[in-house]
Amino acid sequence: MGEPVLRIDDLHVSFRVYEGTLQVLDGVALRVDRGQRVGLVGEAGCGKTTTMRCVLRILQSPPGRITAGAIRYRGKDLLRASQGELQRIRGSGISMIFQDPVAALNPVFTVGDQLSAVIRHGTHRRLTRGEIRRRALAALREVQLPDPDRLFASYPVQLSGGMRQRVCIAMALATEPEVMIADEPTTALDVTIQAQVLRLLDRLVQEHETAVIFITHSLGVVREMADWVYVMYAGTIVEGAETDELFERPLHPYTLGLLSALPKLTGGGIAEGIPGRIPDYLHPPSGCRFSPRCPSAVAACHRDRPVWMQVRRDPDHAVACHLYPKGEA
Amino acid sequence: MSREILIVDGLRKFFVTSRGTVRAVDRVSFSVRAGETLGLVGESGSGKSTVAYTVIGLHAPTSGRIVFDGHDMSTSIWKRPRALKRAIQIVFQDPGTSLNPRRTVQQILELPLRVHRVGTPRERRDRSIELLRKVELPEDYLYKAPHMLGGGERQMVAIARALATDPRLILLDEPTSALDVSIQAKIIHMLLRFQREMDLAYLFITHDLSLMRNVATRVAIMYLGRICETAPTEEFFRNPLHPYTQMLLSSIPVVSKEEEAIRPARIISKGEIPSPVHVPPGCGFHTRCMVCATACSAEEPVMVEVEDGHFVSCLHFPPASDALPRAAESEEVF
Amino acid sequence: MRLGKRRWEGFRKAWYKFSRNPVSVVGLVFVLGVSFLAVFAPLVSPYPHHAGPYVNFAIGSKPPSASHPFGTDAFGRDILSRVFFGFRYSLMMGAVVLGLVVIPGVVLGLIAGYYQGTRIDTVIMRITDIFLAVPPLILALAITSVLTPSVFNAMMAVSLMWWPWYTRLVYGLASSLRHEFFVQSAEVIGASRFHILFRELLPNCVSAIFTKMSLDMGWVILIGSALSFVGLGAQPPIPDLGTMVADGAKYLPDQWWIAIFPAFAIMITVLGFNLLGDGFRDLFALEEI
Repeated sequence: MGEPVLRIDDLHVSFRVYEGTLQVLDGVALRVDRGQRVGLVGEAGCGKTTTMRCVLRILQSPPGRITAGAIRYRGKDLLRASQGELQRIRGSGISMIFQDPVAALNPVFTVGDQLSAVIRHGTHRRLTRGEIRRRALAALREVQLPDPDRLFASYPVQLSGGMRQRVCIAMALATEPEVMIADEPTTALDVTIQAQVLRLLDRLVQEHETAVIFITHSLGVVREMADWVYVMYAGTIVEGAETDELFERPLHPYTLGLLSALPKLTGGGIAEGIPGRIPDYLHPPSGCRFSPRCPSAVAACHRDRPVWMQVRRDPDHAVACHLYPKGEA
Repeated sequence: MSREILIVDGLRKFFVTSRGTVRAVDRVSFSVRAGETLGLVGESGSGKSTVAYTVIGLHAPTSGRIVFDGHDMSTSIWKRPRALKRAIQIVFQDPGTSLNPRRTVQQILELPLRVHRVGTPRERRDRSIELLRKVELPEDYLYKAPHMLGGGERQMVAIARALATDPRLILLDEPTSALDVSIQAKIIHMLLRFQREMDLAYLFITHDLSLMRNVATRVAIMYLGRICETAPTEEFFRNPLHPYTQMLLSSIPVVSKEEEAIRPARIISKGEIPSPVHVPPGCGFHTRCMVCATACSAEEPVMVEVEDGHFVSCLHFPPASDALPRAAESEEVF
Repeated sequence: MRLGKRRWEGFRKAWYKFSRNPVSVVGLVFVLGVSFLAVFAPLVSPYPHHAGPYVNFAIGSKPPSASHPFGTDAFGRDILSRVFFGFRYSLMMGAVVLGLVVIPGVVLGLIAGYYQGTRIDTVIMRITDIFLAVPPLILALAITSVLTPSVFNAMMAVSLMWWPWYTRLVYGLASSLRHEFFVQSAEVIGASRFHILFRELLPNCVSAIFTKMSLDMGWVILIGSALSFVGLGAQPPIPDLGTMVADGAKYLPDQWWIAIFPAFAIMITVLGFNLLGDGFRDLFALEEI
C-alpha cells in the first residue's frame, strides 16, 4: 500500500459563536493513497466540507479554529506549513472542485482567462502565452467540451451547468495535481448530465492517476465513483470500507439507518429514517456522538468514545463502534 | 376509483422573453384523483415546476383549462375565489426561502388562518400549536425565526402551513431535494400519513425516480414542456417505453445489485438538454434519442394508450385503430 | 412573562451582535453623548443664556480658558454653551428631514418594486429619476434662496430632494424579493397586497433602511450646515453649528477657536452616525445556523 498521499490524523476543529464554542470536528482521521478514489459520505452538518477546507487551509478563521491534529500531504504537515508552501501546493498538489459551478467561476472573466490563470499559477517554470493557451485548449478538449476555441473566449454565464462543471474539472486537473477534492461535484446538475460528468471524471482520474476525495451526501454516487468509502457523522468518522463491502455488509448503526432510509428503485417503501436530530455541537453527547439516536446503544456507548478498529481484512473494513469492540464482526 | 379532483387539459404556458418565446409547458394534460399521488418527473427545462405554478395560479395559463373539483380555475391567483385558495396549497422547493426570514413561525403559520378568517386570535394560536404537533415540532418553535431551524425543520413548517386550511390538494415541488436522506424519509412518511388521514391528493414533483417509486400512485414524465409517458407506478418502472424514460432510469446511481438489475442498461446521453426557447422540431427529444428515426425530426408524436392506463408519446408507438389516440386538441381527458 | 423573557434575550443577543465591532460602540457613544447634550443643553451649559441674543464685548474673542473651555466668540458668547445648543439644531434637522422623508420614500419604493414592469413602476420611478437628477445642494440652495432663509425652509428644501434615495433603495430590494418563494407563498395563500407589501417585503428591507438612515443623519447635518454656512439656513443669533463655522471663519487663524470647535462638533456628530450605521448593518444580519 505504501505511504498515503494525504493523511488526516486526529483533527479537531471548533467554532466560536454567541452561545459558546461548537466542537465541530472531534478527531477526524482518514487516509488517501496514490490514485485511490475515496468517498466521504455524510449528511448536512456532519463536517465533511469543514474537513476539506482544513486540508487546503481555507477554513474561515475566526470563527473556526483548528485546535489539534495533523494533515500530512506527502509527509508534510499542512497545518504547520508556511503561506508560501501552501500557495505552491494549492492547485498543483491538491486541487478542488466546488459544489456550485455558478459560484465557482468568476462571471467577469472568460473561461480562457480563468483556465490560463490556473495553469500559469500551477506550473513552476515560466510558460509563454502560446504554451498556456495550447494547454488550456487541450484541457477543454479533454473534458469533451465542443468547440474549445469559442469556449475559450466565452463567459461562464453563456454556458450550461454541466458545461461549467466540466470547465471546473478542467481547471482542477490542468495542473496534474496528486489529489483532487470534489465537493458535491454533481449535486447541482440534472440526472442525465450528472451521469455524463461522473463518467468523464472517472475516466480522467484514471488517466491522470490522480487521487480523488468525493464528498457527497448521495450514497448512490459514491458507490459508482469510489474505491473506498468513509462514513461521517457529527464530526467523527464512524465507518470505512472498500465500496462493495460497505454496501453489502454495513456495520455501523448509522450506516444501516442511512441505507434503509434511502428510497429504492425496486420499491418496497422506505424505512422511517433515524429518529432524533444531529447533536448539539455546543454540548456534544459524551461517549459516542451517535449514541442518543442509536437503536442498539448500550451503556458503554454513552460513556466512552468508540475506538477506530479494523474489523475485517480483505476486503478491508473498519468501524468506530462499541458493538464491535475487539474487531469482531 | 375515486373521482378526479384536478383536471388539466391542453395546458400551455409560454413566456415571451428577449431571447425568444419560452415554451415552458406545451399542451400538457393529466388528472389527479382524490387521495392519490400523481408524480411528475423531469429534469431542468422540462416544465414540471411551471405546471405546478400555473395550476396554483402564480402564472395565468396561455391557453388550456384547469378544473378543480368541478370549478374552472384557468386564471391567475388574483382572480380566483377565496374558497378555492383554501383548497389547493403548494410546498416549494427551497426551504431556505419559502419562509420569510423576518417572521416567526407563529406568524407564518397563522397567515393562512388570518387570511381566511379562521377563529379568534386565541383559536388561531391553538391551531398553530396543533399544526406544529402534527409535524412533530415542539411548541416553542412558534417563537423561532426560520434561520434558527435546519432545512428539514423549515420544510416541515412549510408543510404545516400548507395544511393549515384543510386543503384537498397539495402541490409539492421537489419538497425533499435539498434535504438529507434521513430527514427526507421522515418527511415522506409524514406526508403519506397525512394523505391517509385527510384524504389528500398530491401532485408530487421530483427528479428522483427512486423516491417516485415509493411515493406515487401514477407517474408522468416530462421533457421540454411535454409529457412523454404516463403510467401507474408499477407499470412505469417495470415496463418503461419512452426512450427518455429509459435514459433517465439508466442514469440514476443506485446502491444495491437488485436495483441495478431492474434498471435499464446504461444509456449515456449525448449533448445537453436543449433550451425551451429552441424546442427542436418534431419530437423534442429527438436530438438526444438513441433510437431516433428520420420522421422524429419532422413529425410530432401523439399520446397513445398502449396498455390500460399506460400512455406514451413517441413515434415508435403510433396510434393503432384499436388503441385510444390522444389527439392534440381533443376535449377528452384520461 | 415568557414574552418579556424572550424580548430580553433578544435584546441581549442584539447587543452581542452590535458590540462585536468596537468601532460601532464608539459611534453609539458619540451619538448618545451628542444627543444627551442636545436634549439637556439648558441644564448642562455653563452659560445657557449665551445661546440667545447676548452681547458682552468685554469678554469677546477670549481664547479657551478655565471659565470658557472653548473660548468666546466676537460677541463675548461662550462657545461651549453655543455648541451644546448647536447640537439641538443639527439633530433636529436630521430628525425632521428623515422623519418626513423615510415613510413616503419607502412606501413608493415598495409599490414600484412590487409592481415592477407595470405602468405604476414607470410613473413612480421616472418621477424619482427626475428628482435624483438634480444635484442635491444646488436644489437646496435654489429653494432656500427663493424662500426666506430659515431653519424651517432649509429643512423643507433638504426633504424635498432626499426622499428619492429611499425609493430607489427599497425599489431595488422589493423588485428582487417579490420573486422569492415566501412572497409567492403569501400570494398563493391569498394574502392581500397590503400584507405582502408591508408584512412580507418591508421587514426584509428594514436592515438596509436603518443603515441608510443612520448614514443619512450625517449627510443631512452636513448639508444643513452647508446651507447655514452660506447664510441660507439658520439665521443669527441662532447657535447653529454651520453658522458658527461661517462666522468664525473670518477670524482664522488668530482666533482659531471660534471656528474650529463648532467644526469639530459637526465632525463628531457625523462620524458618530456613520459608525453607528455600520453597527446597524451587523445588528440586522441574520446569523446562519
